[in-house]
Amino acid sequence: MALELKSASRIVKGQVFIQPTDLVLEKGTMNVLLGPTLSGKTSLMRLMAGLDVPSSGSIHWHGTDVTGQRVQDRRVAMVYQQFINYPAMSVYDNIASPMRLMGKSVAEVDRAVRSTAEMLKLTPLLQRKPLELSGGQQQRCALARALVKGAGLVLLDEPLANLDYKLREELRAEIPRIFEESGAIFVYATTEPEEALLLGGNTATMWEGRITQFGPTPQVYRQPADAITARLFSEPPMNFVACVKQGHKIHFGADTHAPADGVLAGLPDGAYTAGFRANHLQLNAHSGQSVAFDCDVTATEITGSETFLHASHGDNRWVGLVHGVHALATGQSVKLWLDPTHVYFFDPAGRLAAPAAYAVGG
Amino acid sequence: MAQITLKNLAHSYLPNPKGDADFALKEMDHVWQDGGAYALLGSSGCGKTTLLNIISGIVRPSHGRVLFGDRDVTDEETAARNIAQVFQFPVVYDTMTVRENLAFPLRNRGMDAAYIAARVGHIAQMIGMEDRLNRKARGLTADAKQKISLGRGMVREDVNAILFDEPLTVIDPHMKWELRTQLKQLHRQLGHTMIYVTHDQTEALTFADKVVVMYDGRVVQMGTPEELFETPAHTFVGYFIGSPGMNLMDATIAGNRAHLNGCDVALGASYAPVVGRSQIGIRPEYCSLTSGAGLPVTLRRVEDVGRHRIIRADLFGQAFNLIAPEGMAIDADMTRVVFAPDKINVFADDWRVAAQGSV
Repeated sequence: MALELKSASRIVKGQVFIQPTDLVLEKGTMNVLLGPTLSGKTSLMRLMAGLDVPSSGSIHWHGTDVTGQRVQDRRVAMVYQQFINYPAMSVYDNIASPMRLMGKSVAEVDRAVRSTAEMLKLTPLLQRKPLELSGGQQQRCALARALVKGAGLVLLDEPLANLDYKLREELRAEIPRIFEESGAIFVYATTEPEEALLLGGNTATMWEGRITQFGPTPQVYRQPADAITARLFSEPPMNFVACVKQGHKIHFGADTHAPADGVLAGLPDGAYTAGFRANHLQLNAHSGQSVAFDCDVTATEITGSETFLHASHGDNRWVGLVHGVHALATGQSVKLWLDPTHVYFFDPAGRLAAPAAYAVGG
Repeated sequence: MAQITLKNLAHSYLPNPKGDADFALKEMDHVWQDGGAYALLGSSGCGKTTLLNIISGIVRPSHGRVLFGDRDVTDEETAARNIAQVFQFPVVYDTMTVRENLAFPLRNRGMDAAYIAARVGHIAQMIGMEDRLNRKARGLTADAKQKISLGRGMVREDVNAILFDEPLTVIDPHMKWELRTQLKQLHRQLGHTMIYVTHDQTEALTFADKVVVMYDGRVVQMGTPEELFETPAHTFVGYFIGSPGMNLMDATIAGNRAHLNGCDVALGASYAPVVGRSQIGIRPEYCSLTSGAGLPVTLRRVEDVGRHRIIRADLFGQAFNLIAPEGMAIDADMTRVVFAPDKINVFADDWRVAAQGSV
């Protein structure tokens, strides 16, 4: 019981929207497509929905080839960034409309509308018109319309992007519960790493029409397969620095080095790129193994409880996320500390050569 | 560049407003400093856009005055106010090149060619479009066009203020980081008064020296990010700032103790008797799970957000959130929660109460 893409690609006027992609989404799973604008998230969803036909390859639903089957004949629902509701109809009629189109009986429609409304906390609002609802409630109504017909595949294309920050936070916390109750395959597109992490499930990271990695969300986050995945699954962006492994040491430039032990012991000598996340770059040595980098402050951004520290180290521009309020002057020199167990090592082709030891329990 | 004074300012869209409820903007008195970076933060419908439109001259306030420096501009049109504006969606001339778009406000004012060239070059570098200066704006992506809008908003050095209305909505998360830092650097270099409207707390907190939090047509707090986080003036600020927001619980306050649901909680200071609905507030960051003494919580779900984990729980039948560091083990016997006493805030009818002996 699954949705399966076999080498499915999408090419429009010679331009590759989706490179040949293999992907299996199991029944009852939450799947996040994470990537920047134009990375192919919407194009991939349109292939899954049957709104577009793949240029090559095929799409299978529960083992049956459905490539080319009309979207109306599939059990698919899609929710977009813009809330699409019928403004003249009540919330009840909006939710009922997909069921009525399917020719369901009055009793069946009523049962489905009421249970879906309950799931989305819309029961007290069923008699209102969409424009009498808040933005969050309108989007919940659009979600209810997608879920009411019991679709086996629910595609959500940045569904919370147009909502206020706080509403987004609330709906984001609810979506995993709604998804669990529906039992469908959910596919959720977002540009935000934190949203992917909050939703959990599986994540496929997308870059230039290609899935760079697919797996359980925390695993993709902590064990990225390459530098592209690591970069697009980090906010603030991941920090990088060139380094050289030589014997028992890793050299980060002339005078900073760390022992090459644990997961690094087996790494062949040579040049690598070290990558680490903002929250692992600190103002003081958290562990005995931490190494210091001489940096210059380029900006500080204070969020109230934490500080984003923008700094340059030679030609590298880094961001550190440190606890507390630190209003450092621009241009000031500062020592920033990094525990080598938080560092990923990528080979010159950008593939992961050694994982961060903390992420693999090493 | 100018200091902006809002004098007994209020606004109603109705001809004869009667009560508070008829005002989209309730009366306020503020002086915004020359060269300050301010963010107006609040959910949709809170009045922040009305306030911005009054400052820019798009809306004439029904009550009160607006001053730029010593000059009363209440009745002046936008064009006379000498301000630059950047909107949520790009406003660019498609048939012009990127260079012409950026130069437009300067050419309009008859600046000399050498100055224009230097200034456009500087701004183009800032928004990362030096390599595309000679191409037409038509066909550029939405975020590239928005960068041009931002650049054009900042190209003039002689404006009284630059107003931004949700300017990063269409920009990709990675680019947002860069543009925000550049905006800040530019603010430091030029010292413009900047006013930035947003519903995104990260943008507001990281951009502004002072964040103006609005709720229901009222400024409920104007403060530094740290003040908003540590000592929110209103429960709305507690809820709106922070992800998740502050936990708020009904409690009876007696001196330096709070009583909730028959349990006793130590406060960091003593309070005079509290009048009205009394609540205590504690941020998820300042709560910790323990297997020792504390208030009884039921864990619902743990969300791994990478750098830390959000623990969703119930405390006395009410949703309660905690934040635990990345990698901290959460054992099954951790069924109690403790608060850092000096991080607890006390509220009466939603407004923060200062402890005795403090200001």
